[in-house]
Amino acid sequence: MAKVEDLDQVVVRFSGDSGDGMQLAGNIFSTISATVGNDICTFPDYPADIRAPQGSLTGVSGFQVHIGANKVFTPGDKCDVLVAMNPAALKTQYKFCKPTACIIIDTDSFKEADLQKANFATMDAIAEMGIKNDVIAAPITQMVKDCLADSGMDPKAIMKCRNMFALGLVCWLFNRDTNIAANMLKEKFAKKPGVAESNIKVIQAGYDYGHNTHSSVSHTYTVETKSAKKGVYMDINGNKATAYGLIAAAEKAGLKLYLGSYPITPATDVLHELSKHKSLGVTTVQCEDEIAGCASALGASFAGALACTSTSGPGICLKSEAMNLAVIMELPLVVLDVQRGGPATGLPTKSEQTDLLQCLFGRNGESPMPVIAATSPTDCFDAAYMACKIALEHMTPVVLMTDAYVANGSGAFKLPNLADFPAINPPYVPESLKGTWTPYMRNAEGSRYWAIPGREGFTHILGGLEKDSKTGAISTDPENHDLMTRLRAEKIEKIQVPDVVVEGDKDDAELLIVGFGGTYGHLHAAMDEMKAAGKKVALAHFKYINPLPKNTAEVMKKYKKVVVAEQNMGQFAGWLRMKVDNFAPYQFNEVKGQPFMVADLVKSFNQIYSE
Amino acid sequence: MELSAKDFKKGQPRWCPGCGDHFFLASLQKAMAEIGVAPENVAVISGIGCSSRLPHYMATYGMNTIHGRAAAIATGAKVANPNLSVWQISGDGDGLAIGGNHFIHANRRNIDLNMILLNNRIYGLTKGQYSPTSPRGFVSKSSPYGTVEDPFRPAELCFGARGHFFARAVATDAPGTIEILKAAHAHKGSSVCEILQNCVVFNDGTHESVYSAEGRKKNAIYLEHGKPMIFGENNEFGLVQDGFNIKVVKIGENGITEKDILVHDAHCEDNTLQMKLALMEGPDFPVALGVIRDVEAPTYNDAVAEQIEDVKSKKKYHNFQELLMTNDTWEVK
Repeated sequence: MAKVEDLDQVVVRFSGDSGDGMQLAGNIFSTISATVGNDICTFPDYPADIRAPQGSLTGVSGFQVHIGANKVFTPGDKCDVLVAMNPAALKTQYKFCKPTACIIIDTDSFKEADLQKANFATMDAIAEMGIKNDVIAAPITQMVKDCLADSGMDPKAIMKCRNMFALGLVCWLFNRDTNIAANMLKEKFAKKPGVAESNIKVIQAGYDYGHNTHSSVSHTYTVETKSAKKGVYMDINGNKATAYGLIAAAEKAGLKLYLGSYPITPATDVLHELSKHKSLGVTTVQCEDEIAGCASALGASFAGALACTSTSGPGICLKSEAMNLAVIMELPLVVLDVQRGGPATGLPTKSEQTDLLQCLFGRNGESPMPVIAATSPTDCFDAAYMACKIALEHMTPVVLMTDAYVANGSGAFKLPNLADFPAINPPYVPESLKGTWTPYMRNAEGSRYWAIPGREGFTHILGGLEKDSKTGAISTDPENHDLMTRLRAEKIEKIQVPDVVVEGDKDDAELLIVGFGGTYGHLHAAMDEMKAAGKKVALAHFKYINPLPKNTAEVMKKYKKVVVAEQNMGQFAGWLRMKVDNFAPYQFNEVKGQPFMVADLVKSFNQIYSE
Repeated sequence: MELSAKDFKKGQPRWCPGCGDHFFLASLQKAMAEIGVAPENVAVISGIGCSSRLPHYMATYGMNTIHGRAAAIATGAKVANPNLSVWQISGDGDGLAIGGNHFIHANRRNIDLNMILLNNRIYGLTKGQYSPTSPRGFVSKSSPYGTVEDPFRPAELCFGARGHFFARAVATDAPGTIEILKAAHAHKGSSVCEILQNCVVFNDGTHESVYSAEGRKKNAIYLEHGKPMIFGENNEFGLVQDGFNIKVVKIGENGITEKDILVHDAHCEDNTLQMKLALMEGPDFPVALGVIRDVEAPTYNDAVAEQIEDVKSKKKYHNFQELLMTNDTWEVK
């Protein structure tokens, strides 16, 4: 019998053809692990092709999950177990394996034709690639066919269950309870009990295969729960968490939620998610273009809704004029930018942080706009909630930045209680101002009042032309324009945001790591690794980008060395230099469309550390 | 409460003296008073251009937005707040050039907007360039040798986008304008009103043949649902069907009597004849004025609201906490 070894953490990567159902297998395995109390962090790695030819190198779809006995911050640089359902997956994904990784392959899909599609020259892919790892070579296709021979399913449907066999095998390898998977499938296929039953049967067959043959591995593993916080959890990806944050904010504010949107990768799932929840009164309009998505949201905002528009970088280009109109009209609007690789169409399914300056400055005129960047899949919820709160209370458009990595990645989300969240109080125009009110009167925070159509005595016009600060009439007066420009800027600067938190050796760090948005997990993991090696290092990670936290300059000045690490060519470092006098940080910039590799970060930071 | 045009008036319009927009504004204010919607329940939303200044002179809620996007902005306002009476004001450049996409999609979706298209066939605010409704060969500052492109005919676009309401009036014709504005308000769904409007500075005389009452007597036909299509200074002409076409006939000649004249059917779902009427132009045909098409159809905004109510009654979760519990969850104890 194989020995059971207890691990603190493990990384599993499922890979196969984009039709092989690797995302589902990976998702189920993550949830099983989370259900027993492990922390999880996932990363789906989709191919960019719409539908690459079956078995081809460009059609490989991957799903990586990092599970830990304690908190895990990233999906992991490299994996301990690789599932490769075909030769193309093995060829493209082997680079993600640790030297000690165990590889599971379906021998039935390593036939001559399959190998040729993946450009192998010989019949032995393992030898050709020089792979020395443990390999579980299982005739998965044949066993799935045998298992479902009496099911009455057609051959195509049977082939679709191969992913569940691989899942069963992985469950055996990690001593996971397959009952949890069975229950999930029963719920997923509640309306097709036959499909659920077949899938469950195949999972068990995969598990039993491992158990009976002990395969070709010397160990199986467990990952025990060590530090999970009590509570009720669900698995959530960033896009869903964003949608939930918007829904929560609308309910808290007592407003109708309106989303004007146009499909674009990787933001479309927010539109999908919100479109489902009509029972909560959510209105979604799939518009004729990105411009209309934003413009209609602005119309909805004027008419009294919590209005949002969702997109990715190229969509921000198109929305920028309407976003600017929201700036001068001083109407609440949440603009979601799920960043992807650019410029132009760029790398639609990949992740970058290259839209920062566009979000901050990509509009004509002086156009200040709050910017918030979510730091993890689950943080998308809080970031979206706060974006709504700021937009509504300060009567301004807000850009909520996420990226493909946090949008598609998932983590264990402790179910929030809406009662614990801060109230949202938009500055509705008080009835007492009837008769004396003008549209650009401001409250103590410098915000314009909100007079929603339908209220008698407050009819007014807003527009894209500069207005007189007192009367609200069109004005080209030089002094007035200068004043209005300053009032709009001050309003944003006055927004209260929490101080940036310094983690790690906050008193005596030799090196401060600085980042923003979706790289939090990787930077934190890099810090942990350096600290474990005895280095004095700290991390200041930013979620509030505009306005920056009040303590920003103080923190940036406190440490001997500062490195700003970001997935662009230095946009956040540049923004900090604008805001902090004499600030000259080191920079770590990488624009690969992939999440950071913690090992690369550590290597680079160590170099800076010892310079 | 009895409303008058005064209740909708605000400020001093800044258009050139004699501009058709002055006439239209006065008619719109009168029409609104007759419609009787309280000013606080009206939103007038425009884009950019001379005519888009109009909301500034209305004592209602208003937005003077960005170039071309008025229909999209009005869409959001109406869907989010269906109780509002929403009026979208655009010129031919704003509505059909930069805003052409939103114009067709608002019509296709059939959002309950009153879409006013003030058509002077010129860009006035930028001082005299040809517009998408300028005729081929039109000489302007940006086409000194004449344009080499054909214009849009607004009715064709509206019908092509499956629009259910199209009406036309001349800006100087107050009763004709008020009538179609009231019909547009009464129509549930997107209602396109083309207003033939003169630009005294950059395109003077563009609608010359129908701009005066005398001209309209000779060169226009007022269409009324259920009434025979008779026109002319002495009501001596009529329209009849001729194969796949319509033609002008003289009543009393060749045995033609009033009974032979086509009766207007604005409610006919098939828009073939309505299209022919809308595209008539001189000198061979009269210009059609009045409500040309007015067909009932489900509106987008009603359908959105109905779907929400329907799903509410079917789904078991109605607030955020209940939504959370629709997911697979686990408890760490």
